[in-house]
Amino acid sequence: MTEKLVIIGNGMAPGRMLEHLLEAAPDRYVVTIFNAEPRVNYDRIMLSPVLSGEKAFEEIVIHGDGWYIKHGITLYKGHRIVAIDRDARTVTSDHGVTESYDRLVIATGSVPFIIPVPGRDLPGVLSYRDLDDVNAMLLAAQSRAKAIVIGGGLLGLEAAAGLKERGMDVTVLHVMPTLMERQLDPAAGYLLQKAVEARGIKVVTKANTKAIVGDAKVEGVELIDGTIIPATLVVMAVGIRPSTALAKEAGLEVNRGIVVDDRMRTSDPAIMALGECAEVGGHVYGLVAPLYEMARVAAAGLADSEDRRFVHSDTPTKLKVTGIDLYSLGDFADGEDREEIILRDASAGIYKRLVLQDNRIIGTVLFGETADGAWFNDLKKKATDISAMRDTLIFGQAFQGGISSDPLAAVAALADDAEICGCNGVCKGKITGAITGKGLSGLDDVRAHTKASASCGSCTGLVEQLLKLTLGEAYNPAAVQPMCGCTSLGHDDVRRLIKAKGLKTIPAVMQEFEWKTSCGCAKCRPALNYYLVCDWPDQYADDYQSRFINERVHANIQKDGTYSVVPRMWGGVTSANELRAIADVVDKFEIPMVKVTGGQRIDMLGIRKQDLPAVWADLGKAGFVSGHAYAKGLRTVKTCVGTDWCRFGTQDSTGLGIRIEKFMWGSWTPAKVKMAVSGCPRNCAEATCKDVGVVCVDSGYEIHFAGAAGLDIKGTEVLGLVKNEDEALEVIVALVQMYREQARYLERIYKWAKRIGTAEIKKQILDDAEKRQAYFERFVFSQKFAQVDPWSERVSGKDKHEFRPMASVGFAEAAE
Amino acid sequence: MTKLNWTAIGSIADIPPRGARCVATPQGRIAVFRTADNQVFAIDDHCPHKGGPLSQGIVHGVAVTCPLHNWVISLETGKALGADEGSVRTIPVKVEGERLFIALQALASKAA
Repeated sequence: MTEKLVIIGNGMAPGRMLEHLLEAAPDRYVVTIFNAEPRVNYDRIMLSPVLSGEKAFEEIVIHGDGWYIKHGITLYKGHRIVAIDRDARTVTSDHGVTESYDRLVIATGSVPFIIPVPGRDLPGVLSYRDLDDVNAMLLAAQSRAKAIVIGGGLLGLEAAAGLKERGMDVTVLHVMPTLMERQLDPAAGYLLQKAVEARGIKVVTKANTKAIVGDAKVEGVELIDGTIIPATLVVMAVGIRPSTALAKEAGLEVNRGIVVDDRMRTSDPAIMALGECAEVGGHVYGLVAPLYEMARVAAAGLADSEDRRFVHSDTPTKLKVTGIDLYSLGDFADGEDREEIILRDASAGIYKRLVLQDNRIIGTVLFGETADGAWFNDLKKKATDISAMRDTLIFGQAFQGGISSDPLAAVAALADDAEICGCNGVCKGKITGAITGKGLSGLDDVRAHTKASASCGSCTGLVEQLLKLTLGEAYNPAAVQPMCGCTSLGHDDVRRLIKAKGLKTIPAVMQEFEWKTSCGCAKCRPALNYYLVCDWPDQYADDYQSRFINERVHANIQKDGTYSVVPRMWGGVTSANELRAIADVVDKFEIPMVKVTGGQRIDMLGIRKQDLPAVWADLGKAGFVSGHAYAKGLRTVKTCVGTDWCRFGTQDSTGLGIRIEKFMWGSWTPAKVKMAVSGCPRNCAEATCKDVGVVCVDSGYEIHFAGAAGLDIKGTEVLGLVKNEDEALEVIVALVQMYREQARYLERIYKWAKRIGTAEIKKQILDDAEKRQAYFERFVFSQKFAQVDPWSERVSGKDKHEFRPMASVGFAEAAE
Repeated sequence: MTKLNWTAIGSIADIPPRGARCVATPQGRIAVFRTADNQVFAIDDHCPHKGGPLSQGIVHGVAVTCPLHNWVISLETGKALGADEGSVRTIPVKVEGERLFIALQALASKAA
């Protein structure tokens, strides 16, 4: 019998718990998640790289929407649970959804601590907790103005570095005399302050905030001593507190956090809690490693798979600011029974301190050079007696036992149970075992199978060394992902060589590049066919047998083998005659379903394959051509009604949309291309999540591109503003042609743009008129061969064989 | 059953190279494939995974990739290749010159 498991919160801890649970007992629970944040599970500790611009949000997603679908998990995004009824065993969200549970997991995380000073509610005061905070900071950073970060701890310094990276003038206010005083001793704190200041960030210590000043928005921060520091953005990063209100209201035992036993059980046996909201053995946690251990314990409890208990352990702290290496672990306070070993190298900016008790390491602070952190951690964990190597201990592992200082040798010397990935608790033996046992060949494989290096990424170097060590010559980190198993060449090489060698058929490509199979596979053939169609529009004969069925029969295959058909409605505009023709076709062919699509078209579903030509013939009589809803090609151009009707419209968005669609229909592209034209910034055509979009403004046409609204959600980037329709068309066409010529098959514009870089695209399309013109002309040339309505071709007999059975045999009446 | 009952289904030219055509039978659709090197195979037009029409897939080597979820099925054995498990019935095919015949055991009893 399946039980109902409801999870409140969708952060990293419950996400990891679900992974373990699905592995141990995949069918035991029907899972429902309520997430107050309107998005999927992402790696919160990587928000700092997103803020600084080193990573994009899509790169830090842990479970995309597809993961929830695959595992049959219901995820309510943007639903905050407002009540738990423990008697009825139900939870209710702020949107009124009530769900019953057999087991409930509370993972509400924590809330940022806001210091109770006047002005804390002013617009411009942010905390640093989730993606919304990061987005708000990025918006504020566009002003390039002054920012203040209150709090000189881990989070505050990462926020400060990110904002500085984004061009803001940043001051850090810290109430204590040295930075990160909870993780660093004063000497390391001083070095850290110097390193932070060297990046142009001002640091004020012993700074006690009295008030945040400003009229309608933030204008600055006033300190107790009366100093006023001006700023337009204030980020409070002074700590977090477990989010326990919901549990408290439900009558669960709550102390600092929600009190749980060492199996993560709250005072109600049907309810568990884990993550930053949970308090176990008197501790609450904020770093990922113990939270992941909680996830393991909770999953084991839910699955009844093993008797796992949570045991407290120290977690190393690392700062994720590029260029500042810092590592701190354990207890480093002075004490009578304690000794210390210190290494200082002022010119190199290195400081290392080991705190010993009874010849065992109990604390480590490393600054400037942190490679030995894992080794010291290992010695501490195992309580190794270090007397024998005491003289050279501080120099690190490489100096023990005459091992060379080669980093590879240092990794080789690590014991199999030495921890490599602190976030996920993965030891060396598990990684090397997976590499050999599962035949892993790269970093991504190791991440997928062991989770090592998949969270904060600071152990990536170690994992790569393990790959090198285990695989030897076979490990090639720069290896290009081959197109498929038929070749060792990647897409980019194949595209380049097709042009360079002037290859014009699929067999020629396979021969020349030594394909390992006789005629490719379902991955490479469609790609090669596209590359050849794109590169030699006038000379290459399209190979229909290398196209996916949808592109072969110009309709979309459905799960039961029937097809759906979408006629083109230019710009989403239709008429009584067209609608009448569609209605007649639906009646005549008994089409079971008619649906309006997201791209402003009408979809007819459930058409038998043999009926397709007749359906097209009837649609063709009404003037319809194929809508290419099936193609890796131009799909639709959505429009709003613009100046024709709308009282806010600034330009003729409908007209421009139709013009673009008529100009570009029929072209094949690496992946589907969806467009939209909105008549004003209210953006009713939703142009800012399209592959290419136009937002009309009074002064002209803002060209957008690289949006996504599928498995990934991403707002567009602005390519530039042009003055009139002709320029808009030229820029859009040139952009799409550049994409056609450069992207890898099945790579959407947003992924291609990320790889190539927006700056490069702007340079070629906007700044270089000659290049733009050349792209435009190549597109126009290729359209000569592409703009043939595939439906009317087939109505007149092309590919007849596709739509009829070859024979009917064995039927009594048909027997001859 | 020692003797196969061969039924003519048409000519090899009816099938595009690296393509397939269907043959309707009372027991369901059969997919007849022609490979790049002109071998001909017949299997049930029904993927062992979710029943996808294999005749609509891309033909490569002596295998076809199902259009619904990309299972790869061997035309020789009817078995799913790679990590997937499942198989589909194969039907004997005979090529005489240009002409193609298939042998259906069930057909034999019916036609008799």
